[in-house]
Order: sequence, then C-alpha cells, then structure tokens
Amino acid sequence: MTAIVEEILAGEQRATGAADLMLQTAEWAAAAYARFDRARVLKIARAAAEVAYAHAGELAEAAVKETGFGVVAHKKIKNELTSRALFELYAHEDFCSARIRAEVKMVELPRPAGIVFALTPSTNPVCSVYYKVLMALVTRNAIILSPHPLARGCSVKAAQLMAEAAEGAGAPLGIIQVIEQPNLPLIEHVMKSPRVGVILATGGTPMVRSAYSSGNPAIGVGPGNAPALVDDSADLNHAAKRIIESKSFDNSILCTNESVVLAVESIADRLLQALKSAGAHVAKPEEVAALRELLFGRGTFNVEVLGKSAVEIGARIGLKLPPNTRVILAEIDRIGIDEPLSKEKLCPVLGFLRVPHAQGGITQARALIRLSGAGHSAAIHSQHAPTILAYGAAVKALRVVVNAPCSQGAAGYGTHLAPAFTIGTGYFGSSSVGENVGPQHLVNWTRIAYNEDPAEAFGDFSVLDAWAGGPALALGREAPMSLGRLQEGADSVQDPMPLPTSSAGTIDEIAILREEIRRMVLEELRGALRS
Amino acid sequence: MSDPKPQSPEKREFIAKSKTYWNPGKTQAWQDMGVDLVIDRREGYLLWDMDGRRLIDLHLNGGTYNIGHRHPELIEVLNRGTQRFDMGNHHFPSQARTALAERLARICGGDMHYTMYASGGAEAIDIALKTARHATQRRKIVSIVNAYHGHTGLAVAAGADRFKKIFLSDNPEEFVHVPFNDLNAMEDALKGKDAACLIMETIPATYGFPMPLPGYLQEVKKLCERYGSLYVADEVQTGLMRCGEMWGYQRYGITPDLVVTGKGISGGMYPIACVIVREPYAGWLTQDGFAHMSTMGGAELGCLVAMKTLEILERPTVKPMVNYISETFRNGLHEIMRLYPDFFVGIRQCGVVMGLEFDFPEGAKPVMKHLYENGVWAIFSTLDPRVLQFKPGVLMTADLCAEVLERVERSVGLAYAECLGRGGRGKIRAA
Ligand SMILES: Cc1ncc(COP(=O)(O)O)c(C=O)c1O
Repeated sequence: MTAIVEEILAGEQRATGAADLMLQTAEWAAAAYARFDRARVLKIARAAAEVAYAHAGELAEAAVKETGFGVVAHKKIKNELTSRALFELYAHEDFCSARIRAEVKMVELPRPAGIVFALTPSTNPVCSVYYKVLMALVTRNAIILSPHPLARGCSVKAAQLMAEAAEGAGAPLGIIQVIEQPNLPLIEHVMKSPRVGVILATGGTPMVRSAYSSGNPAIGVGPGNAPALVDDSADLNHAAKRIIESKSFDNSILCTNESVVLAVESIADRLLQALKSAGAHVAKPEEVAALRELLFGRGTFNVEVLGKSAVEIGARIGLKLPPNTRVILAEIDRIGIDEPLSKEKLCPVLGFLRVPHAQGGITQARALIRLSGAGHSAAIHSQHAPTILAYGAAVKALRVVVNAPCSQGAAGYGTHLAPAFTIGTGYFGSSSVGENVGPQHLVNWTRIAYNEDPAEAFGDFSVLDAWAGGPALALGREAPMSLGRLQEGADSVQDPMPLPTSSAGTIDEIAILREEIRRMVLEELRGALRS
Repeated sequence: MSDPKPQSPEKREFIAKSKTYWNPGKTQAWQDMGVDLVIDRREGYLLWDMDGRRLIDLHLNGGTYNIGHRHPELIEVLNRGTQRFDMGNHHFPSQARTALAERLARICGGDMHYTMYASGGAEAIDIALKTARHATQRRKIVSIVNAYHGHTGLAVAAGADRFKKIFLSDNPEEFVHVPFNDLNAMEDALKGKDAACLIMETIPATYGFPMPLPGYLQEVKKLCERYGSLYVADEVQTGLMRCGEMWGYQRYGITPDLVVTGKGISGGMYPIACVIVREPYAGWLTQDGFAHMSTMGGAELGCLVAMKTLEILERPTVKPMVNYISETFRNGLHEIMRLYPDFFVGIRQCGVVMGLEFDFPEGAKPVMKHLYENGVWAIFSTLDPRVLQFKPGVLMTADLCAEVLERVERSVGLAYAECLGRGGRGKIRAA
C-alpha cells in the first residue's frame, strides 16, 4: 500500500470504531455470562487466576523492564497475592446466586454491571490487571482494560493470558478484552459509551475526574499521602522495621506508602536510630535540599525517580550510599505548601518531622492530608488506644493502619482490610467508594420484596433457579450451521434443537453431546450422499 | 389483512410517479404485496420510510449493508478519498486498485494473486466466466437450477429461466443447469470434459438459501478437478463474514479457483465488485491485459471504501460478534418455532445467512407483510416463497437483535392466525 492510500484510510474514527466493536462484543459476552451459575463462574475465574499466578514472576520482570519502576521480587509477590490468593478470598463469597431471606420476605438477585471499563496504572501494572479482571470475573461481568501506555506490553500480555484461560474454561468470547493502543481521546470515547456499566479508574487525578464527568457510573480514587505517627508508647524497633519494610516495598510505588513520619519529640532520636539500623540513610541538611530539588524542583513530582531505589536516588544527588540502604530519611521542619517534601512521594524518600506530643502529631497529620491524600490512608504506631482513636477520628483518612507497614496494611496485606489496589478515598477524596474496592462494588442486587403483612405468604424459592429458562445462551464460539426441514435431503440430517437454558452448569456438557451427535449424523450422511 | 397504515398524499403521489417514470410493474407488485415501502433516511441497520416509519433492515439488499447503512468510517474514508482521488483512469496502474488487490490476495491466501474489477456483481460474474473460458479454452458453463448471478450477458444466462427467456438471452447449448445438492447430475454435466467451469453460489440466496448437504461442495470441487473444470464461487451474498468466516466457502472446507465478491464489499457506499483468481488461471492478464476493461470497474473511490470495509471486517472482535448474533437468532427463533410448530417449521442457517421456513404455500409472504407492519423489513425468496430470507447484519447490537426477535414473534403469530387461524383473526395465539 502506498503512503497516500494508507494516509487516506487512517481516519480519525479508526480507533474509536474498533473500540466500539470491542464494546459491542463485550456486551454480548456480558449478557451470557450474567446467567452463568456459581460453579461455572468459579471454574472460569480459577483458570484465569491460575494462569496469572503461573506468570507472576515473568510478568513482574517484564513490568520492571518496561517501566523502570519498582522491584521485581516485590512485584512478583504482589502478582502472586492478586492471583491465586485473591481468587481464594473471593471464592468464599457468592456473587452469583439468589439470596433467599425468608425472615424479611425478600429474595435478592445479583445483577452485574455488564461491562467494566478498567484503567490500570504504570506503577502496579500487572497486579492491577489481575485484581480488576478477577473482580469482574467473580461478579459475572465483562471487562475491557485500558493499560497505562508506559506499561502497555506487560499489561496487554497479562490480560491476554487471562482471557485465553477464561475462554478455555468456558467463558463467553470477549469476556476480557484489552485496548492495545490506548490514548486519551480513545479512553474518553470509551468512558462515555452508553454500553459501559461502570468505570474503574486509577491513575492520575485528571483521569479520575474525567471518569466521573463521563456520565457513566465510576469508581475512581484519589492520591495518597499517608502520615505515620509514632508516639511514646510505641515499640520503636518494631515501628522502625515496619516503616522501612513498607517504604522500601516495591520502591514505595503503592499509593498507600508512608509520606512523612511524625515522631513525638521524646522518642524522636531513638526512633531515628532504630530507622537507621533498619536500613535508612538520614540525609544531611544539604542533602535534604538536593532531594527537594530532585523530587519537586519542577513543581510536580519528578517521574524519573518514581519507583527507583534509595541507592539510585542517592546517586542522583551525588551520594554513594551502601547497597543495603533501603530508604532515605529527610528531616523537615514543617508540613505545608511551603515544604514540597510533605507531598506524596512514590519513591523511598521519607519525610521525618518532630512533633511535641501526640496531639501535635494529630494536628500535623491533618495538615499533611489537607495538602493531598484526602480519604486515603494513615498509619500510627502506638500502644495507647485513646490516641489511636483520637487519630482515627481526626485525620481525614478512611483507613488507619495500626502497628503495621502502611503500604501493605492499607492495601489489605497484613491487616484484615480487603486486599485491593483501588483504595476508595470516599467523600473526603471525591470518590464514590470509601472502602478498599472489591467485587461487591461491581454488582447490584434486585430485591424482590413481599408485602410485610403476615397474611401474604412468602413464596417457596428454595428449589428454583433464577437463571434457568429462556433461550439457550450464545457464547460466541461458532456461527451455527443447519439445514431447514423443507429442503430436499433435509429429513436425513436434522440438528437437535438448542436446549433452553436450564441449570446453566450443564450446558457445556449438553453442547458437547449435541455436537457429537451432529458429527455422527453428518458422517453417516456423507457416505450416503454418493449412493 | 391487518389494517393498512394510512398513506400520506405525498407518498401516494410519489408512488404514482414511480409508476410513470421508473418501473410500473415492480412498483405495483410491492403495493400488491402490502409493502408500500419508499426508503428515505437510513442509518446503521435502520431505515425510515418516506412517511417516517422506522424499519429494522433484515434484507440489507442481499448483504450490501452488511456492516450497516452509511457506516461512519466509510463516510469518513469516502470524504477523505475525494480530497485527492476520483474514479481514476482505468487504463493505468492505480494506487488504490493495487492496494485493494493486494489486500484481497492476502485475505484469500494461497495462489489467489490477482483481482479483476467490475462496478457490479453481475459484471464481475461475466469477468469470472470469461476468465474461466480463456483458461480452459472451453465454452460450456455449468450452474445450478434456479441459480441467481445477476443480469448481464453471461451471468443471466447462467441463472434461472425467468430472467433470461423474457430477453431472449438464454443459451441452452452453452449453459447447463443441474439441481442443487445432486452429485450424480453434477457429474453428468462435467464428465464430458467440455465445461469451462462450474459457477455456484455457496448458498443459493434467491432460491431461499437451501443449504449444501454435508460434503456436497467438497465433492463438487473434486468433480471439477477430475474433469478439468474451474470452480467459481459466487460469494456475493455469502462472503464478508456473513457465514462466520470471511468467505462462505471456508465453512465448507473448499478452495475455489475464482471468487466473486460484490454487494457488501462496496459498503453500500460506492459501487464496486471484484473477482479474485488463482494465479494459474489468470493467463489473459499477461497475454493481453487490455482484453477486458471497464471505465467504472474498480473505481478508485470504491477501492478505498472496499479496503475500509475489509479492515472493519478483519477486526478480531467481528468474528465472535457474528457468532453471537447468529447463535442468538438461532436460539431465539427456536423458541418461536416451539410456539407455532405446524407453521414455522425450520431454519436454514449458516451464520447470519438464514432462511426461515413456513410450511404453508407462499407462507413467507404473509410473514413478510406482518413483519413490515411491525417494523422489520425482510424479504421472501422469489424462487421458493415458503422461505423468508432473514439476513441480519454482522455488526448488529444485542439490543437490536432482542428487538427483532420480539417483533418476529409477534409477526409470526399474526401470519399464523391469517394462514391457519381456525376461527379467524381473533384467534391469535398469545406469545
Ligand atoms: C449471489 C448473487 N450473485 C450476483 C448478483 C449480482 O449482483 P449485482 O446486482 O451487483 O449485479 C447478486 C445480486 O443480487 C447475487 O445475489
């Protein structure tokens, strides 16, 4: 093809047209999948989770190679946790079957969103794909993913592996799709599509705002900026270890990482010592100035240091740090717009501020979150319940992690919070969800509610199947072929009628049997045709 | 008869004019069948009659509107194309013509290297038949009884009597017809080793889509090979994903020697039709490249539209989509068959190429009429009026399919009551 012809063919509608076809296919897939029973759904989700688990290491490596962010070993852990472990967790809940609540004369039917449109970030690319796909699968939704362009390769690969596995396990075709060449206008086009059921946005604030203004239901979350208050009742060695473990995890790329340690004056020096022995380098005042310039010299956070190791960052300001340095501690004297280092830092540079007492720490924590991170996360290291409670009540964070690494703890690892990579920042953070986002957010329930008058008897729903009846389900696998009945020669070859949806779990077997019968009949006929 | 919809004075006047200046016989025939359609606005799979009535298009003019009416990407490419090109000069090498030919060669694969261009399906059929005659140096053309290949000289001679005798255009010496699905008759026609080719619609459309029996097309292809005749696949209605693959013949496991595509390849936007031929049979293109030509054949704007049409059809989502649409119709129509088992008796289907069988003389006509009155336009088969041609587009949405099924259920009920309803109109079965 000559350049001129190619240029004419490359219209503006090429990308949006292709995306519309993806949406149409997803709509078909979602319609069938919404009638699958739980056993079938779990089989499909398990298959997707298993293939994800099997590629956890390989894709962790691919992600770091592609983006330059984070630590392979840590990404592998995240990938493992968001595949097999997450599936096991979700499999305990039932998002597919009717709930019969005789005591309130109600039947509740799960109704999936339909199409989930999910944006995934460059910072946690593979585990975000895993997590969002599994949430969609266990709730009987179709999902279309739009990966961050910086992490396109590994994200597309992850999505394709899971799609193949899900379809191999019986999912309707097109249940998981991925936009391979995402760009802003295209994403906005899909976001606005009336076919989208819900948008799961992560990424930068503009993207989240755009999701919310699309006119479609959206779950978007804001950025974090977690304070970590350490008071005089805390076990300082434990606190230091946990803070370092958290701040160095995947080079601090999770939005739940600690931003500034608020140390009560009476224990501040001892805490500093403990942090040092846990692997922190305490920056000298001139190094702090250099860090401030490196991280925020251009006004916004410098993505060149995003997810880089402490040693690499040290090298950038001319420091030759020992290779086992995990975090750089930058002591600051205030929180506020006039101290850029009190903003969110997705790299292992941790602010350190002395506060006169716990109450002062709470005030500074509020100030930190006022700056950014509303509705997100906070941590406290303390043995003193009243302080913990006062902190939780004062700080505008919707999860407060106690005596645990915040990166992991707020994301549901090592605490009993729900494991998640979409951390609802709630009304504080202009989000529709305030919890850690989970499958429950991708499904609504139809409530069949009886008259409460005891004279109206509640029906017996115990043996009924809500998803039975109606025509057989279209699964997108093969375009049917059949002879009619009036055509000559047709009497010898008759396709069995497609069976209506019964207990959906048995359909696979019936379809296979029907195919088998058809093949036998055809073979026989082929022989007869020539005689 | 249901109450006819009131016709506007404007429409009545227009129909009279159509009889005066255009085609009195055809115009009147539609009025007699209760279909007073004058298509005005159109978009996607929807048509609006000049009186403003909305119809879902399940006729698609034989698949011309396979990807919908006025597809926005086709409008865009046509607009962009006119900024630089026009039809072109058919004597010279052309960027657009070559690009489309290259694309078709890739899609068809094997040694199907060359594309020859026409401005319509029948003209393309003529080119294919001439090419076969040149390659074999034989004159005879074998085709199927009641075949339909269009109305130009060779194409019409290869088709049903109805359209050629009237114009004294039959030529029984050279054009032999055999019954569909009859291998013995086929062998008899070919075994004299004097047939240039067999031409075959993969599924005969105008005949009501009788389906090839299992193995039939493969055996036919073998017979062609045995007796030295070429196999010409008329894919005008069965190609372009309508059977679930790019070409209908792929579903039957054969590779033809020549493929004819028309209708849908134009996107319904700019007339074009193509013949793709295997390299060994394209000799005339080298021997005398000027031997066949057509000013408007392969017009460059048409080539651009065709390329965009193919680009859309090749998107990976289209195949599952066709599967979903055709499965959904099969499953939904089977539910309707259960309601009227002695009337709506069968479905002939290969993907979205479908024929619905009504076990009643000319049974598809009342169904067509009631569908029309209920907002769906689908046409009966001229050559087997028990069969309704049911031709959904390959990009139909789930919602539109659901709407069609609901309207079909209602209309079949009304047609049933009209044909078989004991006790007259009142006894329409509840759906
Ligand atoms: C199978 C088949 N072949 C050929 C033709 C002729 O095409 P055209 O009308 O463009 O000449 C048609 C048209 O209906 C057709 O259905």
